[in-house]
Amino acid sequence: MPSQIVLRVNGVRVSVPTGVTVAVATAMAEQACRTSVSGEPRGPLCGMGICFECRVIINGKAHCRSCQIVCEPGMDIRTNG
Amino acid sequence: MSNKPFDVVIVGAGIVGAACADECARRGMSVALIDRDVIGGGATAAGMGHVVVMDDSEAQFALTRYSQKLWHSLRTEFPDDIEYEQCGTIWVAVDDEEMGEVRRKHGFYGERGVSTQVLNPKELRALEPNLRDGLAGGLLVPEDVVVYPPCAARFFTERAQKQGAQLFTTASVKRIGQGQVELSGGMQLSAPRIVNAAGAWAADLTPGLEIKKRKGHLLITDRYPAFLQHQLVELGYLKSAHSVTSDSVAFNVQPRRTGQILIGSSRQYGAEHKEVDHAILTRMLQRAQEYMPALVAMSAIRTWTGFRAATPDKLPLIGPWSGDKTLFLATGHEGLGITTSLGTAKLLADVLTEKTTEIPIEPYLPSRAREEFAHA
Repeated sequence: MPSQIVLRVNGVRVSVPTGVTVAVATAMAEQACRTSVSGEPRGPLCGMGICFECRVIINGKAHCRSCQIVCEPGMDIRTNG
Repeated sequence: MSNKPFDVVIVGAGIVGAACADECARRGMSVALIDRDVIGGGATAAGMGHVVVMDDSEAQFALTRYSQKLWHSLRTEFPDDIEYEQCGTIWVAVDDEEMGEVRRKHGFYGERGVSTQVLNPKELRALEPNLRDGLAGGLLVPEDVVVYPPCAARFFTERAQKQGAQLFTTASVKRIGQGQVELSGGMQLSAPRIVNAAGAWAADLTPGLEIKKRKGHLLITDRYPAFLQHQLVELGYLKSAHSVTSDSVAFNVQPRRTGQILIGSSRQYGAEHKEVDHAILTRMLQRAQEYMPALVAMSAIRTWTGFRAATPDKLPLIGPWSGDKTLFLATGHEGLGITTSLGTAKLLADVLTEKTTEIPIEPYLPSRAREEFAHA
C-alpha cells in the first residue's frame, strides 16, 4: 500500500498520508470545510460525526462529514457547500 | 371572572383563525383570538405552505382561486420571514392517462382565467432535470406560491392586534356557545359571535361536527440549492388523496428559499397519535424517490406529523352553525387551509357583517353538510 495518496481539494492536487480522513486533507489544503449560512468559515469541531460542522462535497455528494470519511485516491473534495 | 364583551371571539389561532381575526379587526370589530398553544402551532406549522389552485370541484376551485388572488395582492406587504415565493406548481404525469388529466386540467383552468402550460417530456426535463427519465410530461401552473405558514399566521395576528384585537395564547377553551367562551382557569369571554376555528379539534368544542383528523407526515432535507425549482406534485395524488378509507402517500416536493427540500405527503385516517409512523414515512420517501432518484443521497434533518381537519365532501365549513345563533365555523380545510385561509376570512367577515360575499358561500355553509350527510 502506498504511503501517500493523491486527491483534489477545490480542484487543487493534494497528497496526503494513507488512512487520514477528508477533514485532514481539507486542513492540509488550508481550506475551511464550508461556509455557514451567515457567511462564516466552518471546520471540524467534535471530530466524531455529531456536530455536522465539517461537511464537504465529496465526488458531487453534498453534506458529507469529512471527519468520518477516509481519503481515497482521486477523490474530488469541494468546500463551497 | 367576566370581561367586557367582544364583537367576536375566535377560537384557534392557526392561519385560518388568524386571518379571520385580521379581517374582522380591519372591519372595525372588537376581536379576541384564543389559542391553547401558540400562534400557528397546529396544522399551520405542520403543513407545506403551498398556495395552490385546485380543481376537484367548482367550489374548491372558486375558493382556492379567490384566496390565491388575495395572497398575490398582499405580497408586497409580507415581511421576509413569510418566504413568499411564486415558484409555481408542476403536476407531473407518468403516462398517457395522466397526460389526459394534464390536458383536462389545462382546459379547466384556462376557461376560468388561470393560465397554465402543458409540458412535454423535454420541457419537463428542462425545468426539473432531477426528475427521472421516462415521464410523460406535466402541467405548469405559474401562479402558485409557496409561503412559510407559521410566520404568515403571526403576521395576520399582529396585523389584527394593531387594529385592537386581543390575543390569548396558552389559553385552553373548555366550552363555547350561547355567546360565552369559557377558558380553563375560570376566565370567561362573551361575544354575540363566536367562531370555531379549531381545525382538527373543532368537533371537541362543537359536538356533531363532521370533522375527522387526517394525519400527514413531512420531511425536510439539508440545503441543496438549485436542486428543485417548482413545487412538484404527482397526478396520481388525485387518486390517492380522494381515497377516504385507506392510508395513502404521494410524491409532493417543494423547494424552500434556504435550498432545503420539503418532502411529502401522506394521508391517514384513524391515526390519533402524533408520533412518526415509520412504515408510512418509508412508503412516502420511496414514492418520492421513484420520481426523483437523487433524493436517496440527501440528508434529512427533521420529520414531523400534523392533523388535517377533513370533512366528508372535502370542502371547509364556513358560516353559521345551526342550533346556536352565536356560533360560527371556520374549519374543515383539510390540506388546503393555508391557501384558503384568506378567502375563508373574507367570507366569514361578510357573513358576520351581513354583506354579500364575493363568491357564492353556499358550498361551504355548514348547513349543507348536515343536509347531505344526515343519511350517510
